[in-house]
Amino acid sequence: CCGHEGWPPTCFSFVVFCQSCLLKPSTVFGFGLQQQKNLEGYVGFANLPNQVYRKSVKRGFEFTLMVVGESGLGKSTLINSLFLTDLYSPEYPGPSNRIKKTVQVEQSKVLIKEGGVQLLLTIVDTPGFGDAVDNSNCWQTVIDHIDSKFEDYLNAESLVNRRLMPDSRVHCCLYFIAPSGHGLKPLDIEFMKRLHEKVNIIPLIAKADTLTPEECQQFKKQIMREIQEHKIKIYEFPETDDEEESKLVKKIKDRLPLAVVGSNTIIEVNGKRVRGRQYPWGVAEVENGEHCDFTILRNMLIRTHMQDLKDVTNNVHYENYRSRKLAAVTYNGVDNNKNKGQLTKSPLAQMEEERREHVTKMKKMEMEMEQVFEMKVKEKIQKLRDSEAELQRRHEQMKKNLEAQHKELEEKRRQLEEEKVSWEAQQRMLEQQKLDASRYALVYKDTPELCC
Amino acid sequence: MSEIVPPEVRPKPAVPAKPSHVAPPSRSALLGYIGIDTIIEQMRKKTMKTGFDFNIMVVGQSGLGKSTLVNTLFKSQVSRRSTSWSRDEKIPKTVEIKSVSHVIEEGGVKMKLTVIDTPGFGDQINNENCWEPISKYINEQYEKFLKEEVNIARKKRIPDTRVHCCLYFISPTGHSLRQLDIEFMKHLSRVVNIIPVIAKSDTLTLDEKTEFKQKVRKELEACGIECYPQKEFDEDMEDKSDNDKIREAMPFAVVGSDKEYQANAKRILGRKTPWGVVEVENPNHCEFSLLRDFMIRSHLQDLKEVTHNIHYETYRAKRLNDNGGLHPISSSVPMPIKHTQVMCKPTKF
Repeated sequence: CCGHEGWPPTCFSFVVFCQSCLLKPSTVFGFGLQQQKNLEGYVGFANLPNQVYRKSVKRGFEFTLMVVGESGLGKSTLINSLFLTDLYSPEYPGPSNRIKKTVQVEQSKVLIKEGGVQLLLTIVDTPGFGDAVDNSNCWQTVIDHIDSKFEDYLNAESLVNRRLMPDSRVHCCLYFIAPSGHGLKPLDIEFMKRLHEKVNIIPLIAKADTLTPEECQQFKKQIMREIQEHKIKIYEFPETDDEEESKLVKKIKDRLPLAVVGSNTIIEVNGKRVRGRQYPWGVAEVENGEHCDFTILRNMLIRTHMQDLKDVTNNVHYENYRSRKLAAVTYNGVDNNKNKGQLTKSPLAQMEEERREHVTKMKKMEMEMEQVFEMKVKEKIQKLRDSEAELQRRHEQMKKNLEAQHKELEEKRRQLEEEKVSWEAQQRMLEQQKLDASRYALVYKDTPELCC
Repeated sequence: MSEIVPPEVRPKPAVPAKPSHVAPPSRSALLGYIGIDTIIEQMRKKTMKTGFDFNIMVVGQSGLGKSTLVNTLFKSQVSRRSTSWSRDEKIPKTVEIKSVSHVIEEGGVKMKLTVIDTPGFGDQINNENCWEPISKYINEQYEKFLKEEVNIARKKRIPDTRVHCCLYFISPTGHSLRQLDIEFMKHLSRVVNIIPVIAKSDTLTLDEKTEFKQKVRKELEACGIECYPQKEFDEDMEDKSDNDKIREAMPFAVVGSDKEYQANAKRILGRKTPWGVVEVENPNHCEFSLLRDFMIRSHLQDLKEVTHNIHYETYRAKRLNDNGGLHPISSSVPMPIKHTQVMCKPTKF
């Protein structure tokens, strides 16, 4: 710690102190008391942020945003307006245009690039939420989805090889409140009560162009009152030491929940082209701070607090989930879930187990492959045998044919022979006759008295 | 041999002849002014003296502007909210039926207007059967009227608490009807006159409005829901063409407001937003004036008649058939069965 050579060391978590330093008041009063030293030259670690920045830009960012609310509250339009892309377009309409009977969870991913920085944005939508006649437990699907993402991350974190660890946890949940002008509905309260410990909830007043400014103020106050009454913990903006930032944060806090209007249609107003909604009595501008709080939402969500949302998700909500999960397992000692077993062992044992698992997997694969191989071999043999039999048969047949032909030929030859013999016999006879005749002729020539 | 025999006078048949055999009365020209047309004047005087009652029920989720709309329709603070309710009151756990009555007068004509509100409808997490309390209430009113009618000693003028018109508020999602809307209208369109309206329609731009209306009309047709004015009760061609025009424009996209603002040197009812003032009575902005003319200025009497002649009669027939005779559910006067054959209806104006 201080360069003293004294031993034995005493371990305070990760810092090793030697005995003499231990007694110094500065160290006894806790680690927070760091002595600030002035540098005598330029060292250069002020460049650290740049290095981090360069690395992160190369890696790109991920952000998962969940939108929850009844159908027809303008969620898809708002997403399109926020990110200035047509995530939901006429070809791929938003969930409200597709009627759903039960609550489902849908994910859409889009990769946005701006100024060399890449953002992989995942929008999780919940069509069917609050649309049925009986909406009890419509939040269960949402809770299950969030928990499953946490579990995936937990498992990925507990693996031995965790180079690729995609962060698909839900970083922020935008909850859309219908602009009734009265207060929260029982469904809103139930949902927020169940989800405020799992995800950052940012409540929004949807379709805020329904409300006049006075109604809007009253409505916001009513909602905040009810939120406090039911002890719902919505996302809290972090306190900063910076004057400017804290003023900004205060401004945002005063206007919670944000009343938003979404639109991507461009309309001409006083020669300016703005995004807005055209009514017979005027144009409600989306980016006008006096008309609605859209710009505040966008700045907060994207430009200033995106990283903070991710951090809170990681440090607070995820840790809550993790500790609850692990505590439950160690408390019960019985795992109901196959995956839970992985988490109770120390890293070494886990490595051992993973290795064993790996080996068994390999063995299994080998076996399987062998089986497959054998099967194939058998098949081939069978095929060969079949073709052999076939060939044999053909061979037999051909032999028979051949023999038949042979016989025929023999027959024919015999006949021919016979004929030949008979012909020869005949010839001989004829010859003999001729000979006899000629002899007779001779004889009769010589002895004419013998003929007649 | 021919004899002049006076034709035998046939005895008159004991049973009165069927009406179709009676020749229609021949038109005869009047030779002078008799004064038959003053009957209209006489009726008017009578009506003004007795006044008449109208019961309107508003159904919809909380926050859709029902009470504001009723106030705007009758240009006075007649809704439940103005009498006792405060803005911060909690949503009730079950559907309640609250009715508030006022007597309003215009041009010498008195009207007892009853607004029946249904807080808690569609607000819970589980909204199964949230239309049952409403259905029960409507049938109870019919039952009350039936009992009075069937009484031996009838009142001269039976107080009419039956619901003449039910305004159903559709939430302006811009996409389609919600499952709850369809269920409610299916169950109640045969029992009461339903007029669907699109609430808070200043949320929708003109294109969205027309699209939404078309979708709603298509869905209502697909589910076989008949809203007022029902096609089957059109009496003649004139009625049909009038009602067709109205049916094309339904459901009305309305905006309600009870505050007045200055615009174009006039004081008009409207809603002031940072980008303009929504004028409630401007037909370009919303269809409130259409709804008001339709409901009050032209079809008010028809609403009452359809309720009395059709919905009430259906209920009555069902009750009488079910019980095989009228056994009033709870009555102090015993009912002899002969009374059920009395067919004449009390005259109503």
